[in-house]
Amino acid sequence: MAAAERGASRPTGDNRTSRRRRPPPLTLSAHFRLRGVGDYFRGQSARTWCEVEAGWGGERTIVRDAGLEAGARNPEADGGMGEFKVHRVRFFNYVPVGIRCVAYNHQSNRLAVSRVDGTVEIYNLAANSFQEKFFPGHEGRATEALCWAKGQRLFSAGLNGDIIEYDLEKMSVKYSVDGFGGPIWSMAADPSGSYLAIGCEDGSVKLFQVSPDKIQLERTLERQKGRILSLSWHPSGTHIAVGSIDYIAVLDAKSGSTTQKMLMDKRHPGSQRRRCVVWGVAFLSDGTVVSTDSAGMVQFWDSETGTLVQTHPLTSSDVLSIAVAEKEDSLVVGTAEGTIFHFQLIPSRSDGKQSQWVRTKPFQHHTHDVRSVAHSPTALISGGVDAHLVIRPLMEKVEVKNYDAALRKITFPHRRLISCAKKMQLLLFQFPQRLELWRLGATDAAGKNEDILPLSRNAEHLLQLKKKGPENICCSCISPCGSWIAYSTASRFYLYRMNYENNSVSIKRVSKLPKFLSSAFQILFSGDSAMLYVASNQGSLHVIQLLEGSLKHLHTFQPQSGTSEAISLLAVSPDGNWLAAAGMSSGVSIYNLKHLKPHCMVPAYNFPVTALAIAPNTNNLVIAHSDQQVFEFSIPQKQYTDWSRKVQKHGLHYLWLERDTPITHITFHPKRPTHILLHDTYMFCIIDKSMPLPDDKTPLFNQLSLREASENVRRRHAHAFKISKKFQPLLFMDLLDEGTLVAVERPLEDIIAQLPPPIKRKKFGT
Amino acid sequence: MAALEEDFTLSGLVPGAGLDGLLGVEQGLKGDLFLVTDRGRTVILYKVSDQKPLGCWSVKQGQKITCPAVCNFQTGEYAVVHDDKVLRVWKNEDVNLDKVFKATLSADVYSIHSVQNTEPLVLFREGAVRSLDVLLAEPQQKIEAVISDEEVIKWTKLFLDSNQPVLIFVTEKHGNYFVYVQMFNPHNLCKYTLLPGEEPPVTLSFAASVNGRLVTLLCLSCTGCIYETLIPLNHGKPEEKKVLVTSLLLKTYVSGDVLKGVSFAILDKDHVAVMGTSLKAPKENISIWNIKFQTLQTSKELPQGTSGQLWCYGEKLFILHGKFLTVIPFKCEISSLAAALGKLKNIQAPGTQTMSHFVNWGAFQGDGLESRDSNNLTPLKGQSKRSLRTRKNETRSQLEDSTNKQFLSGIKDASEKHLDQQLSKFLADKRTPDFQITIGHIVSELVGRCKTEPPFYPQSSLVQLIQTQVLSYSLCPDLMAVVLEKRDVHLLQLCLQQFPDIPESITCACLKVFLSIGDDSLEGTNVNMESVIGYIDFPQNEKTGKKEVLQNGFSPVLLEEENIDDKLNKSDGMMNTTLTCPVTPQKAALLNAILHSAYSETFLLPNLKDLTVQHVILFLQYLHFLYEKCSENASMTLPGPCPPTLNQIMDWICLLLDAHFTVVVMIPEAKGILTSLYKFVKAQVWVYSELNKIEGSLQQLQKLHQQRNMGLYSIEVLELI
Repeated sequence: MAAAERGASRPTGDNRTSRRRRPPPLTLSAHFRLRGVGDYFRGQSARTWCEVEAGWGGERTIVRDAGLEAGARNPEADGGMGEFKVHRVRFFNYVPVGIRCVAYNHQSNRLAVSRVDGTVEIYNLAANSFQEKFFPGHEGRATEALCWAKGQRLFSAGLNGDIIEYDLEKMSVKYSVDGFGGPIWSMAADPSGSYLAIGCEDGSVKLFQVSPDKIQLERTLERQKGRILSLSWHPSGTHIAVGSIDYIAVLDAKSGSTTQKMLMDKRHPGSQRRRCVVWGVAFLSDGTVVSTDSAGMVQFWDSETGTLVQTHPLTSSDVLSIAVAEKEDSLVVGTAEGTIFHFQLIPSRSDGKQSQWVRTKPFQHHTHDVRSVAHSPTALISGGVDAHLVIRPLMEKVEVKNYDAALRKITFPHRRLISCAKKMQLLLFQFPQRLELWRLGATDAAGKNEDILPLSRNAEHLLQLKKKGPENICCSCISPCGSWIAYSTASRFYLYRMNYENNSVSIKRVSKLPKFLSSAFQILFSGDSAMLYVASNQGSLHVIQLLEGSLKHLHTFQPQSGTSEAISLLAVSPDGNWLAAAGMSSGVSIYNLKHLKPHCMVPAYNFPVTALAIAPNTNNLVIAHSDQQVFEFSIPQKQYTDWSRKVQKHGLHYLWLERDTPITHITFHPKRPTHILLHDTYMFCIIDKSMPLPDDKTPLFNQLSLREASENVRRRHAHAFKISKKFQPLLFMDLLDEGTLVAVERPLEDIIAQLPPPIKRKKFGT
Repeated sequence: MAALEEDFTLSGLVPGAGLDGLLGVEQGLKGDLFLVTDRGRTVILYKVSDQKPLGCWSVKQGQKITCPAVCNFQTGEYAVVHDDKVLRVWKNEDVNLDKVFKATLSADVYSIHSVQNTEPLVLFREGAVRSLDVLLAEPQQKIEAVISDEEVIKWTKLFLDSNQPVLIFVTEKHGNYFVYVQMFNPHNLCKYTLLPGEEPPVTLSFAASVNGRLVTLLCLSCTGCIYETLIPLNHGKPEEKKVLVTSLLLKTYVSGDVLKGVSFAILDKDHVAVMGTSLKAPKENISIWNIKFQTLQTSKELPQGTSGQLWCYGEKLFILHGKFLTVIPFKCEISSLAAALGKLKNIQAPGTQTMSHFVNWGAFQGDGLESRDSNNLTPLKGQSKRSLRTRKNETRSQLEDSTNKQFLSGIKDASEKHLDQQLSKFLADKRTPDFQITIGHIVSELVGRCKTEPPFYPQSSLVQLIQTQVLSYSLCPDLMAVVLEKRDVHLLQLCLQQFPDIPESITCACLKVFLSIGDDSLEGTNVNMESVIGYIDFPQNEKTGKKEVLQNGFSPVLLEEENIDDKLNKSDGMMNTTLTCPVTPQKAALLNAILHSAYSETFLLPNLKDLTVQHVILFLQYLHFLYEKCSENASMTLPGPCPPTLNQIMDWICLLLDAHFTVVVMIPEAKGILTSLYKFVKAQVWVYSELNKIEGSLQQLQKLHQQRNMGLYSIEVLELI
């Protein structure tokens, strides 16, 4: 872009705002003022599930005006690659829920994570640690234990006394079995995976046999005194070590009798006699039992003789969790101070005949209690109250420098929690327990890069929708026109009709829903808000026409080739002709909506899809994968586009590939067909397909240097990836109209401020 | 403030010990080990930091240990006496005391003494002293009786004074106390009669410390008063019947109280710990007193009762508290008036003691001068700080007056040597309140005599007098004039160090003398080199050549300075090797005394103008050398006990340049040094301007950061290129 043109763009921008009509002053009711942005954060009163507060100015016409005007403008006259007004939103008050359990599956290299609210997430460590599956939480299901059995079957148990098996294909709870021992505190599968042992509140340890489609109570082992807080199988499967309050017991799995009981030392360093809670035990194949307890100790016991072999006092607070590597040469424990300690079995004699457990490395990646740890062959995994999932690779185990060699700290979900009604400038925030509807503010001013523009109207909190029942919300969507809101829990689907009139919002639930709409994994509205697409259980995909006050079921696409895998992502073309659906692992299917029939499948790719979108006019489907590859697939031609082939041939920049958060949203510029807008948690990027691709020698993040450079240099050095890292951590970014973006940030400090205070540690120099 | 820290007990003490006490606590081979001997049959070796015993030895049933076990630091063996006469020597590895070396002596042993760096000494009941080695060689040798029949040894202690052992023991006979001071090499025993103060109190406990040829013996009486007695350690011939006067040092309890079970220990030169119980306050307690300011520093109750015994080793007090041997670590800070009044702002780093620059107005209350040099002072240093609040015995003061007069009249015709001896005796004995005035009289008398009789110059006496630290310039204005005339640099240095109120003209005169005096004549003089040892390596052999050149008025040093400068620019690593001091260490030490002295710029400048150009340049070179030395380390200080500070150096450079700038600019010899100083100033300016830039950038960064923390919602402009 020439300098003259760029210069000329400014007046145009000014013109644009000056031509825009000033909005009429809002007349706010006192009630509304109470619910202003600031007030909202200060405190919330209890609300009913459908309580409505709203303010409504005559903004609708203005928005339409802006849209009309934008259409009339000549894109050539616009200066720069793109100058945007960005609505920088930080009022999405999302706090990730603390992690309770992590369980690593060696077979599939997957990690199951359960959170305090009962949410269970599956991370694929082979696919760049992408969170590929997700079971929404449930109020009555506080998960205390999580384990894999029989290969890749996932079980959880909790304080409601039930054992639950999850269906990882259909993404639902398969069944739930009562343990009949009161709240369940611990659970572990035997090494063969055919038995589950649970530790109950009443002191009993129960064995369940895992049959192909059920689990069955086999026997109850000798009852102990006090709740069984931790248990671990001997690798031969003959014995179980259980940890309770003040003692560790070893039980014979066959006979059910107690073979050994080891009492904890009650003499704590502190003067007060507290009880010593054994938070974790690990049974090693040589008969050693490793325990972690509330006195801050890691102790090694000989289960044959019942003697204490080794004691490592770690902290003054609790040591909450333990995990042992499969090779039993390394173990990891997590403490209430947020530190994890690595222990290694190190030969103490040069001939290697004797070896000793040595505390080798402490890692401090958490601020709060580390509730659970796991040990993959190459990494230590930890999670806790501060909601970070940390994957700390063991550098000595990593052979090549790739994704696995980098420390991962996963804080935010890898799915979208925000949807946007572009024309109405509305944002719908999805929380586990509620939805919030906000309207963005406005400004009359214009400015240059980095300027903060004065607001002519602040953002408004319009509505809060509380979920009904114990189940958490699993997905939600607002229609582009803003008049429909849909959300779903694991067993119910809700649809609302919104009405914006004068200064108020009214909301009405659409009550007569078809029977098959019982739940949804993904909801999408068409561009004109006339159609609703719902990805439901069994892999079915419903197409529903929205009429004023009623629904009309048009069609249901059944999954091809008989798989019943759930659909994780949906995209519809702006003209409403094409619908793309991505399964968890089965690839992307494209349906023709005009003829209501399957169109084609995108060639399969090894890595899960993290985002997809269909471009206007060209109907090119852009797909982002968890390995950071981006493909463009022409739907009409059923093949990858030339640009996509060029990208694959050229290869993406190494810095692009080394990003560690997935792309969660893709959108397009209505007037610039060569642009693809996408973002992950730490960057926002516009890919200009007409520009040359950067190779590894050119700097990928060159915006700052380009800004300083002269026009000639700019032209020479500019490349296809325009990346801005200004907004972090970025949970959502979308194009409202061609000159306006909305960016939803969630600063970590704001999250930390809402966590309970951590255990105070003495820091040097304070 | 002194403080008693949290106490801890040593476990494993045999229960038989009880409250009747221990025989003794003695130091073991290492600092942390202590030998505890109880009154029965047992010796226990403790490691105090671990609070546990390392070894325990007992004599057979029926035998009784009669003196505390000690450690022979030279051989690492332990020695103990049981049944008065049987000496046992054993090692750490030995298990059974019956099987170790045994020697039966011919007389009863009172105690064995052992301190680091000397062989153990055995004190017999009758007052004879033998070294352990001698006894072991011939156990049955005859032991003579030293003290009379009815005398009983009450207390004894062994010191090391300038590496010579000194054994002191106190005996009692019919309520009279006698002090015996036994010295060795040559063997010398002095007996003193301890004259009680005003009323004859019952003395309960003794403690003593030695400080350079002077023993301070403290006695604690049952009235709670601590009396002080000074005993000079003179190698002179044993005189007949010497009398020691005690003076009241401190009253620890309200008068009238009678104490019992009292014991006390000297913690450092200003602090004592007193343990005991009075009738009014029946609870036993231990307290630390500051004897300098007579203040109670801290106190601690001992509710379980003690055996009335107190031992002090290092920074630990040992008492038998209840049934357990309790260790109370303590801390005593150097006492100063500010600390005593709670006004001490910051404690000076150790090693840099400050000289008080104030005239001592309160001399009659006891002088407040801080000591400056630790090595080279008279033995009276520590003792000059007592303040006596007691009523003076009139007869005694009259007596003193008469002896003063006698002494003063003696000065008039005594020979220098005789004067010297008299004076040291006088200084050792007399610590009267009008001490300062007396000293003043003596000095003016001496100076007067020096003036009238030119060959008379009692240098060593003057040194002694100046080192009493009670003199100031105004008290004897003629002294320095005389010394200047004699060009006695040693005395001049002492005066500069000790006098707080030297006029600038005299300082300048001293400077002139120091700069002009030949290095040859400095060779033999007794100059205190303390301030230079840290940064000048000597002997410096190449000095002689340079010195001559300097005296000829030609100065290749300047060329060398330029070389240094060049080398500095080339490589910093070379700096240490090329930097040489332009003056001899002796001269440097003298100049440092000048740098340390107090001055007022207005009065100093006119006097400085009198210096010759050569002197100015030499002095500048030395100052520049000091500056370069300073800049070698990050803290910008010179190493050593009391080196000139950077501020002093810079101030003097500025003063010299102010006084002589026009001259210095003109002469070519000064060119090098001026360039170097100029470069330094330029570098400083550059550093500060860079710092300013950094400050600006940091402020900008802070602003950026503030901008980032904005509200929950904003509309911003983003441009992607």
